[in-house]
Amino acid sequence: MASLMAMTALGRRDPATVTHGPLTISERTDVALASVAARKGRMANLSASARAAGLHLPGPATHSQGTPYSAFWVAPEMWFVEAPFASHELIADMLKAALGDAASITEQTDAWVAFDVAAPDLAPLLERLCNVDFPAVPQGHATRTVIEHLGVYLIKHGPGTARIYGPRSSAESLLHAVETAAHALW
Amino acid sequence: MIIHHPILGPRDAQEFVYLGDASLIDRPDGMTAGVEAFHDYLYNRTNPAGEHQELWYHEQGDRSWLVVTRNTVTHEITKVELARDVARARGRTK
Repeated sequence: MASLMAMTALGRRDPATVTHGPLTISERTDVALASVAARKGRMANLSASARAAGLHLPGPATHSQGTPYSAFWVAPEMWFVEAPFASHELIADMLKAALGDAASITEQTDAWVAFDVAAPDLAPLLERLCNVDFPAVPQGHATRTVIEHLGVYLIKHGPGTARIYGPRSSAESLLHAVETAAHALW
Repeated sequence: MIIHHPILGPRDAQEFVYLGDASLIDRPDGMTAGVEAFHDYLYNRTNPAGEHQELWYHEQGDRSWLVVTRNTVTHEITKVELARDVARARGRTK
């Protein structure tokens, strides 16, 4: 058995943290991710089994915080589910066991890079990066948008905290885009 | 241009990709409709100066296909529906 070292999306051993002025960008490698999509005509079954598993599937453009499972809406009858990586590394298998055949579940953990961005006010940063009206949308808003030509998911956890999921293969470019906007500001 | 997405509300048109005439939903049955009907479906489009139904894809959003009713002269958008609902209403899918 080969002895393999896990590497982050940025090719390092440990998650990166960058601070600039009031902004902190923290790479998150402790989140397991899977997509859950209701199979045709099976939404009622999925709702029931999700409820039994303690998984709340929120409405459009919304993120729902929970333990262990959080989830955000990505498309009609489709969600991304987040859980702690340490306990849910095999999140797709665990969800399949919990939700049965009412949903199609796909492992997503290693397809994305997650950055938590935090500053007293994120509005000036995010208005330079994407077209989401960050101060206007409610807490818990989750949407797909574009940052520097990259399709990303943006989740608002508070006026000064947000998470960005971007394509893992473009992790450096996404980080560079956020850093560049931060340097223009502060 | 702003497209009022039926689920997500007003979204910038740059998030969308344009496909074309929404008559693409009405594909004839290739086994029974005959070659003329399929030729019309594939190649012939009306090109109205006025109200036009067209397919848009919300690529940088929720990946839904929409049927947008747009006036090609004024660019006014009068109606936006999920293509899924339109197709079901026309009996295209279950």
